[in-house]
Amino acid sequence: MLTAVLALTAIAIIFGLLLGFAAVRFKVEGDPLVDQIDAILPQTQCGQCGYPGCKPYATAIANNEADINRCPPGGETTIIALADLLGKDPIPLDAEVGEEKPKMVAIIDEETCIGCTLCIQACPVDAILGAAKQMHTIIEVECTGCELCVEPCPVDCIDMVPIKEDIFHWKWPYPEQTDEEAKL
Amino acid sequence: MIKLNTPSSPHFHGPSTVTTVMLKVMLALLPGILIYAWMFGWGVIINIVLASITALATEALMLRMRQRPVMMYLFDGSALVTAMLLALALPPLAPWWLVVIGSAFAIIFAKHLYGGLGFNPFNPAMVGYVMLLISFPREMTSWLAPLSLGEQNLSLGQSLSFVFSGSLPAGLSLDALTMATPLDSLKTELGLNKAMQEITASPIFGMLGGTGWEWINIAFLAGGLWLIHKKIISWHVPIAMLGSLALISFLFFIIKPGAYASPLFHLFSGGAILGAFFIATDPVSGATTPKGRLYFGAGVGVLTYIIRSWGGYPDAVAFSVLLMNMAAPTIDYYTRPRVFGHGGGN
Amino acid sequence: MIRQLFRFKGGIHPPQHKDRSTRSPIQAAWLPKQLILPLHQHIGESGEPIVAVGDHVLKGQKIARASGYVSASVHASSSGTITAIEELPIPHPSGLSASCIVIDTDGEDRWIEHGPEDIPYTEMDVSHLRNLIRTSGIVGLGGAGFPSSIKLNPAGSKIDTLILNGVECEPYITCDDMLMRERPENIIAGAKIMRHALNARQCLIAIEDNKPEAYTAMIEACKDEDIEVVQVPTLYPQGSEKQLIKVLTGKECPSNGLPFQIGIVVHNVGTAAAVHNAINLGEPLISRIVTVTGDGVAEPCNLEVLLGTPMQALLDQCGGLNSDVDRIIMGGPMMGFAMHSTEIPVIKTTNCILAATESNVTAPSDVMPCIRCGACADVCPVDLLPQQLQWYARSKEFERAQEHNLFDCIECGCCAYVCPSNIPLVHYYRYAKTEIWAQEREKEKADIARQRHEFRQSRIEREKAEKAARLAKKKAAVKKPADGEKDDKQAAIQAALDRAKAKKEAQGVEPKNIENMTPAQQKQIDDANARRQQTDTSEQES
Repeated sequence: MLTAVLALTAIAIIFGLLLGFAAVRFKVEGDPLVDQIDAILPQTQCGQCGYPGCKPYATAIANNEADINRCPPGGETTIIALADLLGKDPIPLDAEVGEEKPKMVAIIDEETCIGCTLCIQACPVDAILGAAKQMHTIIEVECTGCELCVEPCPVDCIDMVPIKEDIFHWKWPYPEQTDEEAKL
Repeated sequence: MIKLNTPSSPHFHGPSTVTTVMLKVMLALLPGILIYAWMFGWGVIINIVLASITALATEALMLRMRQRPVMMYLFDGSALVTAMLLALALPPLAPWWLVVIGSAFAIIFAKHLYGGLGFNPFNPAMVGYVMLLISFPREMTSWLAPLSLGEQNLSLGQSLSFVFSGSLPAGLSLDALTMATPLDSLKTELGLNKAMQEITASPIFGMLGGTGWEWINIAFLAGGLWLIHKKIISWHVPIAMLGSLALISFLFFIIKPGAYASPLFHLFSGGAILGAFFIATDPVSGATTPKGRLYFGAGVGVLTYIIRSWGGYPDAVAFSVLLMNMAAPTIDYYTRPRVFGHGGGN
Repeated sequence: MIRQLFRFKGGIHPPQHKDRSTRSPIQAAWLPKQLILPLHQHIGESGEPIVAVGDHVLKGQKIARASGYVSASVHASSSGTITAIEELPIPHPSGLSASCIVIDTDGEDRWIEHGPEDIPYTEMDVSHLRNLIRTSGIVGLGGAGFPSSIKLNPAGSKIDTLILNGVECEPYITCDDMLMRERPENIIAGAKIMRHALNARQCLIAIEDNKPEAYTAMIEACKDEDIEVVQVPTLYPQGSEKQLIKVLTGKECPSNGLPFQIGIVVHNVGTAAAVHNAINLGEPLISRIVTVTGDGVAEPCNLEVLLGTPMQALLDQCGGLNSDVDRIIMGGPMMGFAMHSTEIPVIKTTNCILAATESNVTAPSDVMPCIRCGACADVCPVDLLPQQLQWYARSKEFERAQEHNLFDCIECGCCAYVCPSNIPLVHYYRYAKTEIWAQEREKEKADIARQRHEFRQSRIEREKAEKAARLAKKKAAVKKPADGEKDDKQAAIQAALDRAKAKKEAQGVEPKNIENMTPAQQKQIDDANARRQQTDTSEQES
């Protein structure tokens, strides 16, 4: 009886020490999950998901507070990647938050712009150049197409236009599916 | 203005289609079938016809239920090949329901429930065969004697009547028709501690393998070699399987010739040749990389010998193939070829 | 001497169909009314126009200059007036448009003044020689269109072998075949220039054994040259650079490396002839030989075509387009791209225009599921696992596809050619490749957006913090004086009083107009002074 108790205690102590050692030795730094999720999100910073940016949404997903289908700019690709990362099933995009649209950029009608700087304050990635009472312009390559600048403009001079497809950005379409695959 | 098509290249396609592949496989089976029928009578042909009709009907039914284009898949030949391979594995003059159940089971459970053509992880014909072997051991082991050894020949009408009603012509007993297969009798007799020389002195043992069986196997071998020549199958699986079977049986044979059969006997009596060229080479359920095919074939050969020698069944090609089917994805994963320009080439 | 040849794995033997376009000699194509010259006819950056609409240009005049290291200039292929610089459809699988310079030809076909340099190339500085080739707009004419001057600059690597590629393994195409038959001396002259630029030890010319006439012609032309003509057994895709290197030398070019690294350079025979034109005649690249063939045209032949000529003009010259044409392919049936219209111009890489009828190409038949037969893997010249790649591309598992070396695929089409299930394998790979590139671009963009957003956030934070700090400082400054405020004020008041007093005193010491006063006046002053004295003392006492 006593030997058994002693033996079990000894085993418990040894394993406890081992586990304790492992916990210290292989400690995971920070919370990489949020960063991993953030890396998948398209960084449009549009807030369509209901969070003030991609990182807050990523944090919400990591904390199980938000579904993975609330990012319209990312669309299906992002949902699949998130599902893959988190071991969840891909679900269709939440219709509440919007729909997947072709990639857009904002264009300022420079004739109409009055230089009020409201759009500059709204842009989440500092992609609008200009100063008070000076005409503004958009740095096209930096624009994420978030549309956040459209609303504040008092003279409605900002338009969202689809990015033009050219031979350098053209993609081969997905091959037509056979009957067998279409139903898989 | 003429409407121009703009598909992706290549704009050329070779003559090969799934249907031509299947047709060539069936063509290659033909000499073996003919000799088999010549040796064992009408039962062989009846089996094949019954299995084929059942397979086609089941295939059509399943395609319809799964809402697939019936005509496109029904005549791709894959169901017919499955039916023929299964029929060749069944005893001639087996009762009709045995053939029908096996064939339907192969098509429904081993093929369509996994997604149809191209998606089955196991060889459908072998799944059907193994199911029958486990469920109906008595029917599955009562083989006919080769005609050269048997006392009676059944006509087509007599054969049909036996298959469908179990009735034999007057004055003929079943015992007069059936006989253990060479592998079967080898196993039984060895179990009775008889010596090898004594066993093989029996008339059912011929020059190479079993009497009659050796000629059938030679015909299948010829068909298989033609398939390799036509590049329908690669040489890897048959060579590896037969090579490993020959090697391992040779090792045991020279160690203890009294207790183990010769390599030639192993190659030419059971389903080894048919299995090597027509069953283990089934691409859907086998390994696909060149190196992987070698491992796959060798595995089938070794397993066949192990089960034949120490397992509970006299022949074991079906079990070995199914077991190796399970390992195929793993084999493929670990035998990916070295890609051009990725080191080690110069 | 018989050279030892090697083999690459895989490959196929598709029907050749070459004889129909080799029956007549190379003819000059008609001068079209309009030339459309895309600025992007090669791999790399597009050219930059150096002419304006309305300018008159002469044949051979440079109209666009190279805009980077990997770029090429464009020359007017005939004389005429620039009528537009705009987006027009160019030869590309997408059918999309890109910038083109449009010349309305004047029919005179008048050359700009040109000619070879005064000194022979053997005495030229090699970099000057390369620059001449570069400014002549020469790119690889075999189909890829890589700027040739770059492939003549080994950048420190020691070049052992220069290979001239006369393999032309694609069915139907015969432009290199005809060039070798008719103008072997031009190829040899170009080869010598290239060899000089590279300082290569040996020079080989590879020709497949289905072109005996070309082989004989080249052998004849090489009689007195230190150039070896090698006949290689016909096998598609032997014309692919890395596969040809393997066949001739047994060496394998590393996966993402260049032949330079193993001391080999491969140029197309047509490119060699273009180099000869540029250096020995001073003519830039303004024309090329194009095979026009297929059952869609009545008279298949090889034409010497001015770059920018619309394909329709060539089809017209070859007897017009039959109504049963199914597709127009630029290049061969294995790797060529189907064109969206016949108004698309011939560019530097247009080796063949295949007007294919349905019987020339695969009739669209049903695609069956993959039966894993492995025929694709058997013919893959790069030893990939095509069916595995296809699964990954189809299920959009691009990472797995890359792990299985998707980007080593040369899109030769062998796998799709032999596939019994007729699966469009190459289409899947192209889809996956362009999709991966797009994802990479998007990833890059997202990273920049994240950086900028984070920077903005931190800037806003900083500004907030700075504002708060300023406010706090101000508050602190306002609060501290609240105690010493009175002192300061009193001190200030006191100081003012003192100042006034001192001033008063100074004034009071010496009053003015005190001279010549009457005694009464004096008495009044004295009384007043006495009173003041009194009040002053009383004030001080109180």
